[in-house]
Amino acid sequence: MISFTNISKKYREEFVLKEAFAALPSEGIIAFIGGNGAGKSTLLNIISRLLNASGGSVFIDGKNLCEWNTRELAKKLTILGQSPYSAARITVGELVAFGRFPHSGGNLSEEDKNKISEALALTEMEHLRGRFIDELSGGQRQMAYIAMAIAQDTKYILFDEPLNNLDMNRSVKIMKLLHRLSRERAKSVLIVVHDINFVSFYADYVVALKNGRIKYAGDTDSIMRSDILCDIYDTDISVEPYGGGKICVYYK
Amino acid sequence: MRNSSKRLSAAGFSAALVLLAALSALYLFGGVSAETWDYNIPRRLNILAAIAVVGTAVGLSAVVFQTVTENYVLTPGIMGLDNLYIFIQTLIIYFLGSGEGGMMTSSAHFLLTLALMAGASVGVFVFMFRINGGDVYFVVLAGLVFGIAFGGLSNFMQVIIDPSEFSVLEGRMFASFNRINVDLLGVSAAATAAVFLWLAADFKKLDVLSLGRNPSIALGVEYNRTVLKTLVSVSILTSAATVLVGPITFLGILIVSIARFIFPTYRHCVLVPGTVFIGICILVFGMLIAERMLQFAVPLGVIINFAGGIFFIGLMLKIKRL
Repeated sequence: MISFTNISKKYREEFVLKEAFAALPSEGIIAFIGGNGAGKSTLLNIISRLLNASGGSVFIDGKNLCEWNTRELAKKLTILGQSPYSAARITVGELVAFGRFPHSGGNLSEEDKNKISEALALTEMEHLRGRFIDELSGGQRQMAYIAMAIAQDTKYILFDEPLNNLDMNRSVKIMKLLHRLSRERAKSVLIVVHDINFVSFYADYVVALKNGRIKYAGDTDSIMRSDILCDIYDTDISVEPYGGGKICVYYK
Repeated sequence: MRNSSKRLSAAGFSAALVLLAALSALYLFGGVSAETWDYNIPRRLNILAAIAVVGTAVGLSAVVFQTVTENYVLTPGIMGLDNLYIFIQTLIIYFLGSGEGGMMTSSAHFLLTLALMAGASVGVFVFMFRINGGDVYFVVLAGLVFGIAFGGLSNFMQVIIDPSEFSVLEGRMFASFNRINVDLLGVSAAATAAVFLWLAADFKKLDVLSLGRNPSIALGVEYNRTVLKTLVSVSILTSAATVLVGPITFLGILIVSIARFIFPTYRHCVLVPGTVFIGICILVFGMLIAERMLQFAVPLGVIINFAGGIFFIGLMLKIKRL
């Protein structure tokens, strides 16, 4: 389980995240929502030790983040940042193989190779295995990095806006894949999403931030209410029933 | 795919080895008669040994430096790390005077410089990464400016230094392939070999670092420690190469770019030896041109910088982004 108490982050005198605390459910898709600059990415980066908090503590499986050995933690938790990119000459297959690094230290065993093939299959990237990642389209590259995170086979997978710049078809594919991972393999997927309707249809739990504070947290159904969403995004959003779920309309 | 790229790498290595052997033999035995044998062979062996050390030091430092800074346009030489080395040399002579400085054996003097270089790079690391939040581009930019500043400061101090002390300094600074610092060949070869072994243990971690800071942390690499270790290594390697043959600004970028073209991979266990081989080949080839074609009229450093400089401009035009 991931929990955190009183995390703050300030740049100079300004707080981008203030006294955030929560205990997240240990399974399912957990969506972080909020406007630009609400502190979603900052929170995810702090949980995944990419960024040091100015104060407060994060606990992963009950153990304080700063007490974790970084290699051991990499077998438990991984994060995929916004629009990942590398200028190095790396093929898709090699990139996905990097996901096994915490387990293998760079020397792949049979099990590692199986996990790599499996991740490539899940993301439908097998046919691109030998391509260099700088020769892929943005969406394909995103898929390749997701495959790497899947190969890493961690209990907790953090995604910072994985749907950025993707078309609808690919966005749906990725969300379905994350849903499958959370159901079939009991993964806990923490995700920052801007498209509120993906949250409505796929997330199990929602953490809503505004101005660096966690304002609401709860089951998706309890958060998908017009008044709450209006408060979070400062814009009129109506929530309509749609095919057993809820759809949010904010275009007019 | 994996197999075919492995085979290509193997072919590249064999070609480089054959080329290297042929060039070395040509350089060593070309135009030697029985009368000049005793003079030429030891001199040329010294030069070949120095070339091996310089090629290794510059090649290794260029590859790992590019990995930790996540750019393929800059090298320690372009960043002016050799200027820092000369600045430290100047400081030592200035403050210790050629009296004590001159009394010191050149090896002790060299080791003192090495320690100061390593210390300085740790200082740079702590300052840049801890205080400025680890923005490598900032480090690179600041390094460029510092390099120029150190060059200017060294010049200034060399002007106000005692003339006799300056001549001591001159002997240490203006080494070149024709005036190799033979006394230090052993100790700088040892330093280079030691650093190579120390760093080789980290090649797999450096592979991961090619993905960038955040992914490598997510994959469980101790990022700060690995970068620190690499920067210290780079400063030692730069010192070892500079003390032997003086600064060669564009050698690193020339050989690492050719290596990246011939060995299109991120793997340091391929890329580093590849760059080193190419570096040695180019230096021997350049030496052949400088000695046999240009009859010693143009120093090797000038030839390398001429070719490397043109290459660097071409690279900038091609990439158009840092």
